Amino acid sequence: MEEQKTTIEVKSLSIGYKNYAVAENINFELQPKELCAIIGVNGIGKSTLLRTLGKLQPKLSGEILVEKQLLENYNPSDFAKQTSVVLTEPIASKNLTVKELITLGRQPYTNWLGSLTATDKKYIVESIQSFELEEFTGKKCHELSDGQLQRVLIARAMAQDTPLILLDEPTTHLDLYHKVQILKLLQQLAHQYSKTILFTTHEIDLAIQLCDKILILDGQENPFAPPCELIKEGCFNTLFPSEMVKFDAKTGTFKVNK
Amino acid sequence: MQSKAKSYQFSFILLLGVLLFTWFLNISSGSVNIPIKSTFSALFNGEVPIDSWKYIIWNYRIPKAFTAILVGGGLALSGLLMQTLFRNPLAGPFVLGISSGASLGAALLLLGSSLLSGFAVFGFLNDVSLVIAASLGSFLVLLIVMLVANRVRDTMALLIIGLMFGSVTSAIVSVLAYFSDAEQLQRFIFWSYGSVGNLSWNQLILLASIVFIGVLLSVFSIKKLNAFLLGENYAQSLGVSLKKSRLLIIIATGLLAGSITAFAGPIAFVGLAVPHLTRQLFNTMEHKILVPAVFFYGAILMLLCDTIAQLPNSASVLPINAITSLIGAPVVIWLLVRKRKLLF
Repeated sequence: MEEQKTTIEVKSLSIGYKNYAVAENINFELQPKELCAIIGVNGIGKSTLLRTLGKLQPKLSGEILVEKQLLENYNPSDFAKQTSVVLTEPIASKNLTVKELITLGRQPYTNWLGSLTATDKKYIVESIQSFELEEFTGKKCHELSDGQLQRVLIARAMAQDTPLILLDEPTTHLDLYHKVQILKLLQQLAHQYSKTILFTTHEIDLAIQLCDKILILDGQENPFAPPCELIKEGCFNTLFPSEMVKFDAKTGTFKVNK
Repeated sequence: MQSKAKSYQFSFILLLGVLLFTWFLNISSGSVNIPIKSTFSALFNGEVPIDSWKYIIWNYRIPKAFTAILVGGGLALSGLLMQTLFRNPLAGPFVLGISSGASLGAALLLLGSSLLSGFAVFGFLNDVSLVIAASLGSFLVLLIVMLVANRVRDTMALLIIGLMFGSVTSAIVSVLAYFSDAEQLQRFIFWSYGSVGNLSWNQLILLASIVFIGVLLSVFSIKKLNAFLLGENYAQSLGVSLKKSRLLIIIATGLLAGSITAFAGPIAFVGLAVPHLTRQLFNTMEHKILVPAVFFYGAILMLLCDTIAQLPNSASVLPINAITSLIGAPVVIWLLVRKRKLLF
């Protein structure tokens, strides 16, 4: 059996801002081909965690190892070859074409002027094909629907060719069909291309069905396990105040208390 | 995007042709009516009916035409850099208060010398000190705008701050004007009208060297500028070091806008309007294409504006600032009405 390869390992991590910790005691590790959702109520620190893992903001304490190396030991351009991100903030210029945007994913590998090599072009074409974006390549981003733009952004992350991909709420603003479409694409990306994918979401039902692991941010234990184990241990029952919604372990969904 | 670069080759050749044409148009027109044939022969050192024509062309018109190229291209380029850096289609050296900063520097030097008599004693009132003062002024404003930009993410707020800088500067300038004598005031007012003329070959070489450094820094920023199109967080995730890149782009902008404003006065609208005009012809956001294209466009526009300002065959010269505003403002309105949205 081949040796277990850990893409990301997080040990007793505290995240937050200078004056206060948003969340503490976060522990988990992920291997290639694993799709993991981060869930939790609003304001619990999901986005902060994702930004901390993506080296976009400093951690407070604890350890983050990406590909067995501490986050703080990476220089920016090496880290860009390990981790790509899809954020909730809109991209600054919606005037970029789909092709231009996906091409930007190759920046960590190109020379000072950003000239593309044959390898770069191969990755760009592969990303475009995997996300079925051929018909859109010449379109401007402001001409796309939310669902299409999200696919383009994920394709850009794929073109960056990193073992780890972080996504902040990739399914917000999408209808159910497109939510499922995006999550299925992520699952496919993880399993077919041996990526480790970590994303925050409020779609707990879908995450339970599609993810290999789930990290629940609850402000105390922050349980991390495959969804079935979390259901068995009753971790979802206490996620929301029980007078409003109740978790049904049989179906793996939340029901509104009538 | 190399294949794209090839498909734009034709456009660049076209632009170069138009640039040469407008350059020649510019030097063949002016207050002294010199026939086109004589202009040609003066250029190629041939026989000219009147000796002074040769002098006018070589020592007045040609430096002026080259200044116009540097001023137009440099301002347009600084506008592009700022629109990308501030993620704002309305950014430009004028709107963000950078020209105001340069004006303040120039005003302090030209008008304040009566207050700070030390300058006059040392005879500092030469062109180099004017360039330094105006550049320092624009750098100062750029740095403040940048600090604010780090705190305030709202780009609307940034623009308002730029406008406020404009008001503060003009207030200080009027205070200075109140206390300065007529001669100094006249010098400052003529400077503020904007002009690409009056530069000697030596001054032109100085301006060209600074603009060249600014262009060089812009070329080195091309890859970073492309990353900034996604926003700062994305740029960082692509391995761009934010602080270094921001500083590089700001220095480039400050050198371009600062030195040009120092020599030619605060020239409006070129920095704001030209990048948008360029995007009409070059349908790309790739800065490898945009940086040279914007420079060409700005140069051509400035040559045309200067040709108009000469009021061909008449003795009067209009302030170039009026011409660029008369052309620039309608262009921005037209773009807004047509596209309903200014995208960058």
